Amino acid sequence: MSGIVPHQIARLPWRLMGLLTGIAGFGTVVLYSAAGGSFTPWALNQGARFVIFSAMALTLSRVPVRQFQFYAWPAYGAILIALVLVELIGGVAGGSQRWINLGFMQLQPSEFMKPVIVLAVAQFYARLSVGEVRRWTAIWPALLMIGVPWALVLVQPDLGTATMIAAGGVTVMFLAGLPLRLFIGSGLAGAAIVPIAFSFLHDYQQKRVLIFLDPESDPLGAGYHISQSKIAIGSGGFWGKGFLAGSQSHLDYLPEAHTDFVFATMAEEWGLLGGVALIIAFALLFRWGIRVSMRAQDRFSRLTAAGLTTTIFFYVAINLMMVMGLAPVVGIPLPFMSYGGSSMLTVMLCIGIIMSIDRASRTGSSGSWK
Amino acid sequence: MKFPRLTPKYVTEASLTFTFTRRAMVLGGIQGGVAALLAVRMGWISVAENEKYTLLAESNRVNLTLVPPRRGWILDRHGKPLANNRTDFRVDIIPDRLRDADATLGTLAHLLALAPDQVEKIHEDLEKAAGFQPVQVATNLSYDQFAAVSVRLPDLPGVAPAQGFSRNYPAGATVGHLLGYVGTASAKDYEANKNPLLITPGYKVGKDGLERTFDRELTGLPGAKRVEVTASGRIVRELTTRPDTPGRSLQLTIDAGLQEYAGRRIGPESASVVVLDCWTGDVLAMASMPSFDPNSFSSGISHLEWDMLSQDDHIPLRNKTLQALYPPGSTVKPMVALSFLEAGLDPHATANCSGALRVGNTLFHCWRRHGHGTVDMHRAIEQSCDIYFYTMAQRMGINVIAPMAKRLGLGQKFDLPFPSQSYGTVPDPEWKMKKYGKKWETYDTVNSTIGQGYVLVNPTQLAVMASRLASGRIITPKFQFDKGRGLAPPLGVSQQHLDVIHNAMKDVVNRNGTARGAQMKVPGIILAGKTGSAQVRRITMAERRGGVRGDAALPFKLRDHALFIGFAPFDKPRYAVGCVLEHSHANGSASGIASDTLSYLFDRDIAMAKLNTLETGWGGTLVERMARQREAYRIAHGVAPAPAEPAEAAANASAPPAAGNAVAPVPATSPDEPATNATQEIRD
Repeated sequence: MSGIVPHQIARLPWRLMGLLTGIAGFGTVVLYSAAGGSFTPWALNQGARFVIFSAMALTLSRVPVRQFQFYAWPAYGAILIALVLVELIGGVAGGSQRWINLGFMQLQPSEFMKPVIVLAVAQFYARLSVGEVRRWTAIWPALLMIGVPWALVLVQPDLGTATMIAAGGVTVMFLAGLPLRLFIGSGLAGAAIVPIAFSFLHDYQQKRVLIFLDPESDPLGAGYHISQSKIAIGSGGFWGKGFLAGSQSHLDYLPEAHTDFVFATMAEEWGLLGGVALIIAFALLFRWGIRVSMRAQDRFSRLTAAGLTTTIFFYVAINLMMVMGLAPVVGIPLPFMSYGGSSMLTVMLCIGIIMSIDRASRTGSSGSWK
Repeated sequence: MKFPRLTPKYVTEASLTFTFTRRAMVLGGIQGGVAALLAVRMGWISVAENEKYTLLAESNRVNLTLVPPRRGWILDRHGKPLANNRTDFRVDIIPDRLRDADATLGTLAHLLALAPDQVEKIHEDLEKAAGFQPVQVATNLSYDQFAAVSVRLPDLPGVAPAQGFSRNYPAGATVGHLLGYVGTASAKDYEANKNPLLITPGYKVGKDGLERTFDRELTGLPGAKRVEVTASGRIVRELTTRPDTPGRSLQLTIDAGLQEYAGRRIGPESASVVVLDCWTGDVLAMASMPSFDPNSFSSGISHLEWDMLSQDDHIPLRNKTLQALYPPGSTVKPMVALSFLEAGLDPHATANCSGALRVGNTLFHCWRRHGHGTVDMHRAIEQSCDIYFYTMAQRMGINVIAPMAKRLGLGQKFDLPFPSQSYGTVPDPEWKMKKYGKKWETYDTVNSTIGQGYVLVNPTQLAVMASRLASGRIITPKFQFDKGRGLAPPLGVSQQHLDVIHNAMKDVVNRNGTARGAQMKVPGIILAGKTGSAQVRRITMAERRGGVRGDAALPFKLRDHALFIGFAPFDKPRYAVGCVLEHSHANGSASGIASDTLSYLFDRDIAMAKLNTLETGWGGTLVERMARQREAYRIAHGVAPAPAEPAEAAANASAPPAAGNAVAPVPATSPDEPATNATQEIRD
């Protein structure tokens, strides 16, 4: 890139931004259809949000990686306090409480914990001296860092987010180089504990898990979501029913057609073709993230880039498995596609930080504001 | 606490970087693998299982609703409709889908201007209804009302407006007992036969009378409508419609004009008339009045109207032509006389009537206190002399009389298309022994010859007896026009004997007999007949000895019944009639009703002129009077809560009907039908 385009602009990650714009644009089109062929109430909002959050991500990409590293633990601490506050307020208000009402917006701290747990654990291993990586002192503080927010979110109760927090943190532990047998061993132990853990779940969570295992057992009751989602995807076929021609979403059979189950709305109208295109687009995003992590110069950057990429991956994977009947209904949105501000904000935070790491490795400096 | 050592190998910055790279690649691989797995899974659902899910999506999207078939028409013998279908906008509630019953009903009551008693009835129906059964809110709506409900459907879950057909009976109440009525299928029907048609709004089944008997023939094949619906049940658009196949029409032997005439001619009385064709047995009219209006029954009768009908002492809920039993009184005398003739009695043989006759220890009186003097058979029938029959019956014996009674149709159960039929008793020694374990006494014979004692008949049997006497043929009542045409087979009695009876019956009406006022108003047509009266109250032996017979001063319920059998024209019998007028003042009116009804068949204008005069005197036509009665009842009881559940009332009413009904089966009544009101008291 040279010539008339200024150097600063030419160096922006245009290919990545093109990919994201493609995904988000497609999401906007699907939301336009989900609203019955209308820009309101969803498509326009979603598009505007994407533009704003893209600007935010590009701004973040100019922030030196050092800053993220510096604020990782304070941010972690702040969100942990917020989670405790939510729990206390929830105890007063009764029922399941996941947010703090700030007056102008409703803050859902568990959402921010998804990227921040990655930053915090990455920072822990970055500060750990190399020789201690294979000692117990490398394990228990990280486990504690993950376990406390995990437990707080789980009791909200929000199984999906809790799972993502744990997965994000454990992924960083894995990348940090802890002995492999620990993961294999605890994986096996976890499999043994599953039945016990199951009995500690809330009734409605147990029900969701059971119905996930056999959605047809209650197609009109709690299995309704999964059944209708599979019908929408299945009836779309290879080519789809055509834009604005999806009966499942337009006749309201598909619940949450514009949020958690937006993929089913898309698949019904765009078929396998649209679905595979979207999956490939996400795969390209993950490839970019992993490549950035492998190019990164320092430990924190590597762990953070790969960890945040995996966080985005978990969003996509859990959501798609859910809508295709491979996972229970846990309320994880599909990034850029599902209508909603907080998930897009979180994902764009991740993207912004990864871009910053990318920029640092390209310019060879992780501490500069240039 | 001692931890196991975790560091078997030496770790450097470089080795950690290497480990990271390797593990990041594994992680990337896993991510790519999961993405591929998801793509394959999606391919499996959308391509391999596409057919299954396409079908499921279609069954979501498309709702198949049944279109109730139009019911077959019921036609009279000339093809005139007795029951047809009228286009109708209606609104039902499906209780299963109802959310807030009170709010929904409130809105509907406002939109459709429902009266409070209608709303109350809907509430009751909703409580009783099984969830899947539609509960009718209103029928016969204007298009504007229908549209007003239709546009508010999203706010009225469970409300189902429909355009359909409702049953229409042009002749109203006069065909009530004959045709019965239609109504929604009961929960029991649906449980017995899980036909989805039964719970389709607007589908009606025959509930009584011919509508019930010929329900299968009258019911057609349902149509179907495919509509695109949202998950909440809102109809987006119609896709395809397969029209219904209407039920077959049913042609009856009934003459619609005559049926309506008979019903109207009865006027304010409680009476029944049956007219038969003397050649074929075709039932031309079968009227029981007062009656209910099958139109209002078919669209769901209100509590108030039901109470009014069930409390009426004229018993409008009972089909008197088949379900009421009466002592036939003197109407049996021509039959008894025929049995004497056939057994060899000379018609010129005489008996002396002094006004009373001692039989055993009891003195039996003639209705005429001072007697008839010397009486032969002709005079005995004309004057209805009891003593002649007491005398001759003792000579001939019950075993002559009872078989003839049965041959002429008394005590016989006919194969009629009605759900219930009381067929009465023709007593003989064997019957009495079996029933009461007592020997037959001479006074039993004497009682039977004047149609009293154990003898009980229904009005249809009276008409059959009249037709058999008139034609000398085995006339069997028939209702279906296309079944068994042609002349009925002969009875096997001598025509000469019949002529004796016919002549006497002619003089009953046309000379000095007991029905002098009932001559046919049509010139050239001579009516022959026989009167009778049946006592309702128990007459004590003391009263009998005292000869107390007059009852004009008695209350309605205790007055005698007046009966009449007849046929016309006298010389060439064509039509026969049986008529029972309950609790009348004088004998004259039963014969008057019968005579005027038959005259309609010979000259409509004369008959109608007579009816119009009468109806003016009664204060309006049948429809006007019924509407007035309803209004009066509504005003008198409008505020008062309804006293009894219809089901309870019906159960009470289905107690054994009549004292003398021992042989007749108790008419089967189910709680959702108007039951026979059985307060009838018939003398022992």
